[in-house]
Amino acid sequence: MDLSEDAAKLGRQIYKKSDVLSGRTLINLFFEASTRTQSSFELAGKRLGADVMNMSIPTSSIQKGETLIDTAVTLNAMRPDLLVVRHHSAGAVELLSQKVDCSVVNAGDGSHEHPTQALLDALTIRRHKDRIQGLTIAICGDILHSRVARSNIFLLNTLGARVRVIAPSTLLGEGIDRLGVEVYTSMRDGLADADIVMMLRLQRERMVSSLIPSQREYFHFFGLDYDKLSHAKPDALIMHPGPMNRGVEIDSNVADDPRSVIREQVEMGVAVRMAVLQALARHLPTE
Amino acid sequence: MLPQDDNQHRHTKRPLALVNARLIDPATGLDAFGGLLIANSVIADLGMHITEGSIEEAETLDCGGRTIAPGLVDMMVFAGEPGHEHRETLATASRAAAAGGVTTILCTPDTDPVIDDVALVDFILRRARDTALVHVHPMAALTKDLLGEDMAEIGLLHDAGAIAFTNGKTSIANARVMRNVLTYAKDFGALVVHHLEDAALTEGGVMNEGEVATRLGLRGVPATAETIMLERDIRLVELTGGRYHAGQISCRASLEVISAAKARGLPVTCGVSINHLTLNENDIGPYRTFFKMKPPLRVEDDRRAMVEGVASGDIDVIVSAHDPCGAGGKRRPFAEAADGAVGLETLLGAALRLYHNGEVTLHRLLEALSANPARLLGLHSGRLAKGAPADLVLIDLEMPWTVEPDQLCSKSKNTPFDGARLEGRPLVTFVAGRPVYHYAA
Repeated sequence: MDLSEDAAKLGRQIYKKSDVLSGRTLINLFFEASTRTQSSFELAGKRLGADVMNMSIPTSSIQKGETLIDTAVTLNAMRPDLLVVRHHSAGAVELLSQKVDCSVVNAGDGSHEHPTQALLDALTIRRHKDRIQGLTIAICGDILHSRVARSNIFLLNTLGARVRVIAPSTLLGEGIDRLGVEVYTSMRDGLADADIVMMLRLQRERMVSSLIPSQREYFHFFGLDYDKLSHAKPDALIMHPGPMNRGVEIDSNVADDPRSVIREQVEMGVAVRMAVLQALARHLPTE
Repeated sequence: MLPQDDNQHRHTKRPLALVNARLIDPATGLDAFGGLLIANSVIADLGMHITEGSIEEAETLDCGGRTIAPGLVDMMVFAGEPGHEHRETLATASRAAAAGGVTTILCTPDTDPVIDDVALVDFILRRARDTALVHVHPMAALTKDLLGEDMAEIGLLHDAGAIAFTNGKTSIANARVMRNVLTYAKDFGALVVHHLEDAALTEGGVMNEGEVATRLGLRGVPATAETIMLERDIRLVELTGGRYHAGQISCRASLEVISAAKARGLPVTCGVSINHLTLNENDIGPYRTFFKMKPPLRVEDDRRAMVEGVASGDIDVIVSAHDPCGAGGKRRPFAEAADGAVGLETLLGAALRLYHNGEVTLHRLLEALSANPARLLGLHSGRLAKGAPADLVLIDLEMPWTVEPDQLCSKSKNTPFDGARLEGRPLVTFVAGRPVYHYAA
């Protein structure tokens, strides 16, 4: 995280380049659409001096029926140093990493994990609160489908925060209580005295059946508006990993409130990804 | 004596003392002679000390030793509105309820349009406020348009005043949908009331499967169609922890499933209709369509099981399953006729049959008709207690009477008790302290 702070400083300079990854090849392999993650990895790689290639799935061989493993073997033959992968299936990145020789960064796999998002969230929190230890952090919304929620639960717990999840029972996931979180089904109760309010996007595209009745009902009970926010601490930070659905999980005015750090999260996204690439580069073979 | 002008009574707000009565409160087991004082629409006091003239400013009604019990709470009434006003309206259903000693009715959402939207809950509550004599609570649909596919807005409907949720006279066939609604409803503490009939096993059937159906040449519905659905639901209750009420059971096998689920401590309750407690498939006789209902009347052993269930307490609630149908629906060949029977006005009299023939105690019977449903629904009524709403019925337990369809207040006259001689009936019904029915012999 300290490495990220340095990267964040670099990102605010006019000259943003470093040569840590000079001569290295970074491949962005995104099987699922992404705006901020893909572009921030691309920027991170370029700022560190790497050659960055973006593989866009609609024009690749995947569309011609190639399996994930064959794609991995093919890419491996091009000898990249770093591979950043997003895939719609949980565990796909892990599978791919077994078949290539380079470093692989998980940029989100299905509903499993999104580790760099959790790191950038932690960094953003630390910059505002100077600590993570002892903070009450409420993660609200579609926990069931959220890889962001899982990564944050693991990371923030490890860093000593008190993590809560708030969602209708249909969006919590069985056994969530055994992941080291306090479980709430009411925003009022779950947000009480929270230091951080982390909203999640409602992932309708991942829902296989009617888990909530309607967007209007969801917003009424779980959308973050000023009334619900009033139960959190007055200086609570408002976070969202994006992309936001205004009026579904978050009130538009709340999203733009001074306490909202949603835009800063994006900025820290580049910094954290630079730090991650830099940390991996230390272990890359130099011969 | 009883004030004749209701409005005047309401305006003057003079307390009313019901004296010389047998007070039965199924919620506490109270069964004692005494009196009961109604003031400001609640039970202000009750006990031995309330006698003729003991409360100076009060009007007095001498009950002549007859029984005062909490007004009945009927969890299953089809009230016609909106869309079926030719069969029943909230006004006529509530008059029928009052005449039956029923002070609270839950109306079912299988209307046209279906009560699956906040605006319709609001409509029912407003119509009831303006036209109904008794308390009316709408049940809302569990799934949109009762199709069993997409969950209705359970949270918003609950907040708007829907007291429970049901899929009407159809079961949710898709187990995943049922699981989701049970899980979701639990967050709001909402009660799920489910109809039990496996659609595939029921398809085309018009009466209970067995010897009688075979003799009559009618296609049968096996009792198993009900029990299979109930067993599945119990598993889903175990998985989700949602509050579940089987709207009506009708056979011994289902009772056994309920008893076992209760023994395991699951949040499961069930109801039975007055028809399945007092009638069986033989009553259909020569294709009498007034005995066609859903679930169908079963064999005598199943009826006996239902009575045993009420007596043991494993069956929590007795409902009228009031379902008015006009001649257009009923005057047809049996297989083509509509299902259902009116029941509000005969509910108490028919139920008292079980008391008079010694099968069920009066206390158990009244508990299943008032205290239990009130408790399940979180209502303050259904008991005789200081501060409880003065929703009461004065009952003559012995009075013999004959059911005459022409005398029924319901808009539809499809009663299976046509011409039946019953023993015991409501004499006066009070809703929030106001007399809404007075039997004129």
